[in-house]
Formats: sequence, C-alpha cells, structure tokens
Amino acid sequence: MAGRIKATEEQLAYARILDKGMKIGLLILIITFVIYLSGILPPYLILSDLPKYWSMSVHKYLEYTGINPGWAWVDMVYKSDFLNFIGIAFLAGVTIVCYFRIIPILFKRKDIVYVTIAVLEILVLMFAASGILKAGGH
Amino acid sequence: MWKKTIHILAILLIVMIIFDTAYCNDKEMVEEATKVSSLVWWMWPLILFAVTFILGIFAVLGGVGGGVLFVPIVGGFFPFHLDFVRGAGLLVALSGALAAGPGLIRKGLADLRLSLPIALIASASSIVGAMLGLALPINIIQTALGGTILGIVAIMLIAKKSEYPEVKQADSLSTALRITGVYHEASTGHEINWKIHRTAQGLITFIVIGIMAGMFGLGAGWANVPVLNLMMGVPLKVSVATSKFLLSITDTSAAWIYFNSGAVLPMIVVPSIIGIMLGSIVGVRILAKTKPVAIRYIVLTMLLFAGLRALLKGLGIWT
Repeated sequence: MAGRIKATEEQLAYARILDKGMKIGLLILIITFVIYLSGILPPYLILSDLPKYWSMSVHKYLEYTGINPGWAWVDMVYKSDFLNFIGIAFLAGVTIVCYFRIIPILFKRKDIVYVTIAVLEILVLMFAASGILKAGGH
Repeated sequence: MWKKTIHILAILLIVMIIFDTAYCNDKEMVEEATKVSSLVWWMWPLILFAVTFILGIFAVLGGVGGGVLFVPIVGGFFPFHLDFVRGAGLLVALSGALAAGPGLIRKGLADLRLSLPIALIASASSIVGAMLGLALPINIIQTALGGTILGIVAIMLIAKKSEYPEVKQADSLSTALRITGVYHEASTGHEINWKIHRTAQGLITFIVIGIMAGMFGLGAGWANVPVLNLMMGVPLKVSVATSKFLLSITDTSAAWIYFNSGAVLPMIVVPSIIGIMLGSIVGVRILAKTKPVAIRYIVLTMLLFAGLRALLKGLGIWT
C-alpha cells in the first residue's frame, strides 16, 4: 500500500503548510475577485477602461496609469483591483513559509548542507519578493 | 464528450483568430486599441475563462502543464500584451503546482531532498530569466517564445521516457547530498528504490531551464521531466511528481519579479487560474474514458499552431 512508504518529517511539515496556504490563498483570491467584480469597493482602473491598458507593455501601462510598481499596491489596497493582490501575494509567499518551517527539522538532524540550501532559497525568494528587482524596459 | 470539447475549442480558436486579426496592429497605442476593439470589455475575461477551462482539460489529458499551453495560446490569440500573459502564465503554473504539491510530497512521489538543490538553482535562474524577459524587446521575446514552443513540440515527439532508468552507481555529489529514495509503485505493488547520477550536469541544465521558465512564463515541466528522468536517472513517476513540485518554487521567484514589475492584471490572472483549475478537475474525470494518445496529438497540434503563431508574430509576418 502507498501508506507503507512514509514521507520524511520535513516533507510532511512542508506539505501541511503548502496545503493550508494554497487553500487560504485561493479562497482570498476568489473572495477579493468577487468584491472586484461586484463593485462593492471602487477600482483604481475603471473596468470598462481595461482594454485600453491590457494591450500595452507593462512599461507603458505603468506610465499611463500612474501606478507605482513593487509593494506600492499595499497603500492602494482599498481599491478593489489592488485588493486582488493580497491573494496573489499570499500564493506567491506560501513557499517561503514552507521553507522556514523545515529549517528547524533539518537543523535538529544536523543536516547542515540542506539547512544552508534552505536558507539560501529563502534569501533568493525574499530577494525576488522584496521589489528591489523590477523590470519593464521595452 | 471529448469530441464535443474539441469542437468547442476549435470554434473558440477560430473566433479568437478573427478577433485577433481585426484587432489593431500597434497594440501599444491606447487610442487605436479603444477604437478597433469592438468587443464589450467583459467578453474578454469571459472568453479567457472558457478557453482556460478547456486548456485545463487538455493539459491533464495531454500530460502537460497549464502554463505551457496558456502562454502561447493566450499570448497569440488574445489582445493582452505578452508581459501580462507571461505574468498570468507563471501564476497559472504556480497555482497548479501549489495545488498538486502537498499530495505529491505526502505520498513520497515528489522528493524534497532531490528538489531542494535543483529549486535553488532554478529559482535563482528564473529571476534572471524574468528580468531578461521583461527588458528585451517584445518581438525578440515573441520570436524566442515561438522557437521554444516548437522546440517543446519536438522534445515531446522525440524524447523517450524511461519508467525505471538504470543507474548503476550513484555519483559522488548525489551521494554526498544523500539524494536517494523509495516509492510504492501501485501498478505492480513493488517498492522501487532509486538513486541518481550525472547530478552536476543536471544542476547546470536547470540553470537554462530556470532562465527559460522566467523569461517566457511557461512553467517548465516539459524540460524538468526529461532532465530528471533521462539525464539524472530518476524514475518516471518521481520525475513527473518532483517536476510539478519544483514549479511551486521556481515559478514563485519569477512570479514575484512580474508581480513587482506591475505585469499582473487581476482581470487576466484570476479567470485564468480558476478556469485552468476547474478544467483540470474535469480533465481528471475525463481521463479514464479517453485515449490519451489521441489527446496527446491534439495537444501537440495546438502547441505547434500556437508556436508558429508566436514565431510569425515575433517576426512581423502574422501580426
């Protein structure tokens, strides 16, 4: 039976957080999108104007709309389009939490190589998430 | 039932081509975009939802990731700029990987010890890929995307798969990292012990895969599986599962770059994620009643068509 093969402690811990995080993230995404469509909160970009923007390059889109990239959306979260970013950021952040969870388990086992790999991965992901790296040159 | 689905897909593709041809050539100009597009704004997210739902079905039946179908098809036939399509593509692939990941890890099919070193290399590379992808001129990206999709079709046609690759001796790097495992093969009832070789070569290859995943927003299962299976000697099931799990890490870093660069529009992302996920659920149910070989060729044809479209669009031949 499949149950005979036991996943390691860190695999199970990782899976638990990933599972919960994915479900919560998806739920947030759906709820905020319903709010966005229903008009309960006003959007920053009027919905009927969206076709003006979605065919632009991101560089021009930011220029025309006056939207600041990076984490500036947090200040605009009362606008329903930016409210959707909570769910997206949550889904994109779950993996970082999973890595934080497995480090103590690996450390307890004195698996220093994998502790180092996990720490480096967290740094890579946090660097990507930090907003320091932005592009959009074309 | 799948015949009906194919008919619907064909009709939708034709509708999209007609609208796309009628759409403006210089999509950078706001005025032109407003003037030429005759569709009500909400039709596009609705069509997107319908198309991604069908893509979700085909992705499961064809054994490919959602991202690899999403980017060329939506990028080729919808009025959305490729920047937003790639951002959405990464989030589509990420969501699929996040949804599948927990089950695959719990069953021991996706292996964490194998994944962690690869993920570190691939996710760092995908940041570079995303930065390059957002900085390079769009015609170059379109052309390279078209070439890559056609390359994927070739890989899917030519590359063999090995259920249980023969690894006579684990190499020193994988031994040092203790990358080895055992999984239960339900079809035979056996427990399969596996080890890997050519670890260094595999890790180097994942630099390229990471860059391509970030640059095109494709996900990377099409490349992960052959490298894990054929190059590194990982059993096929573990390769497929580990590849899917890897996407949850690799695509995370690239998705953050697109997100922080502003290349994420909720009106494109959310219908796509929900459409693909619902389609995947339906696809799993249909899977038992269909002939996978036939579906595989349909998926390959779709990819071939979308790849040619991207290539010709990039070269300015079919705008």
